[in-house]
Amino acid sequence: MAATIREVYGNALVKYGKDDDRVVVLDADVSSSTKSNIFAQTSGERFFNVGIAEANMVAMAAGFASEGKIPFVNTFAVFISTLGTLGARTFAGYGRAPIKFMGAYGGMSDAFDGATHHAIEDIAIMRAIPGITVLVASDAVLTDWIVKTAIETPAAMYVRLSRDTMPDLYRPDEKFELGKGKILKEGRDATIIACGIMSGFSLEAAYILEKEGISVRVVDMFSIKPIDEALIKQCARETKTILTAEEHSKIGGLGSAVAEVLAGNGLGTPLTMIGINDCYTQSGPYKDLLKAYELDVNSIADKVKSCIR
Amino acid sequence: MGISEERAGYLENLCRQFRIDVITQLYAVQTGHPGGSLSVCEILTALYFEKARNNPQNPNDPGRDRIILSKGHAAPMLYRILAERGYFPADDLKTLRQFGSHLQGHPCSHGTKGVEVPTGPLGLGLGVAVGKALSLQLDKNPAYVYCILGDGELNEGTIWESAMSASKFKLDNLIVIVDRNHVQLDGTDEEIMPLLDLGKKFDAFGFRTFSCEGHSIADICDTIDRAKDVRSMPSVIIAETVKGKGVSYMEGQNAWHGNPINSQYFERAIKELEATH
Repeated sequence: MAATIREVYGNALVKYGKDDDRVVVLDADVSSSTKSNIFAQTSGERFFNVGIAEANMVAMAAGFASEGKIPFVNTFAVFISTLGTLGARTFAGYGRAPIKFMGAYGGMSDAFDGATHHAIEDIAIMRAIPGITVLVASDAVLTDWIVKTAIETPAAMYVRLSRDTMPDLYRPDEKFELGKGKILKEGRDATIIACGIMSGFSLEAAYILEKEGISVRVVDMFSIKPIDEALIKQCARETKTILTAEEHSKIGGLGSAVAEVLAGNGLGTPLTMIGINDCYTQSGPYKDLLKAYELDVNSIADKVKSCIR
Repeated sequence: MGISEERAGYLENLCRQFRIDVITQLYAVQTGHPGGSLSVCEILTALYFEKARNNPQNPNDPGRDRIILSKGHAAPMLYRILAERGYFPADDLKTLRQFGSHLQGHPCSHGTKGVEVPTGPLGLGLGVAVGKALSLQLDKNPAYVYCILGDGELNEGTIWESAMSASKFKLDNLIVIVDRNHVQLDGTDEEIMPLLDLGKKFDAFGFRTFSCEGHSIADICDTIDRAKDVRSMPSVIIAETVKGKGVSYMEGQNAWHGNPINSQYFERAIKELEATH
């Protein structure tokens, strides 16, 4: 069984942060969930459990950052992107403190805990704050690279992680770049621009469609901000229609970011957004939720077919 | 080893001039917060001129004590004092709150030398101070962190989250100073959100609590000395102050939290401040 994204994250923190004294890790009493506790076990002197106090955690991180440290703050994505935002805006955005906001349990991956614990607006919220890079992990290799890059890059970042496993998309030696999407599969009839777990699902849908004679390009747009404008424009020129796929509200997330690029460049390529409608989700098994909110492989394939008809 | 009477007198005289200059600036630009700027004057002066190590020639000197004005709306007084210390030319003060100036409405760290982090949204400065104090301890840096809070700001729940953290991590390199002027924007603290026995509150949160006369340079300095002797726990100094101190019609009046000053009021204020010793 593949490792969950949260485990990959915890291990990467140790791998890249253990011997780097600048790295400090803060958690709001959920370290056994976020897996920042793996770092706590190896580098306890640079791990700080601040209790259930997310806003204070971010402010403390700003203090660390202003002293030259590289602070990783950890809690559920839904809490970091709500309780943490005043500090994110004031210190990380405006104040340019290179805080790494690690959003555990992105999307509906904390499935059984229900709507209160599902993060479906986090990308929209963090994307609106000037000066914060927004990344979404879509597989284990990418997650590892994101942690390494977060340490190497002196910028504020919001990273959406997941509680769950994700399909493998990349070889261990894959090269990534901030602000550059990845074409996972070529295609002519449509492009699906996806992020997170939806990238793997979209790829699977594309292979199903291939057998039916439909050629679909799949892009993993893991860097939501900055976004790969050139690649979006290229897809708009080269394929007849574009779909976006995200485990997030249709308002303000990846779909909106792609729409901004298309409209802003006068590109009339049709755009269909796959995402969560303007509503609250429910508790249930993760797989069932993805199906219920039409984010599963079959729903994606159906949506593509309805677009190119 | 207290501050000499002569030195304290010199600094208090400096404070009188700071008050005159801040009122003059606020009158000139017709925007900004007079009340809290006047109440925090001696606290900031005691820190920047006497108690906190700070080096205007090298604002990022690792050996400096860190000063965080969490009540960022008192920026006009902070700016006046930073200019006097030589962090930037006094001429810049004329650009207070104007477009293109580094002297923004609230302090901004990437624009103004001597400012550690942006402040203004209340309730977050103490958390920053806690992070800094922990970071200094990790680095075995003996510098102190001073965090100045407004008392209205203590309405914010984050302050108490941060207070718990300061105590948990035994931050004896953190000294919090509360500008206890008893008045916030909409009214008195008692009317808006009573703080009850503030000293007991901080005691209960694990602080060593001191109080002092917040307009007496000597008392502030002595109390800071005592706070520096505390081991294994953070300290708080509750500095009793008067909002709008030095201008009779502003004293204790919430209306002067952020109101512009007209010409009649301006002349009265200057006359009164010039008459004080």
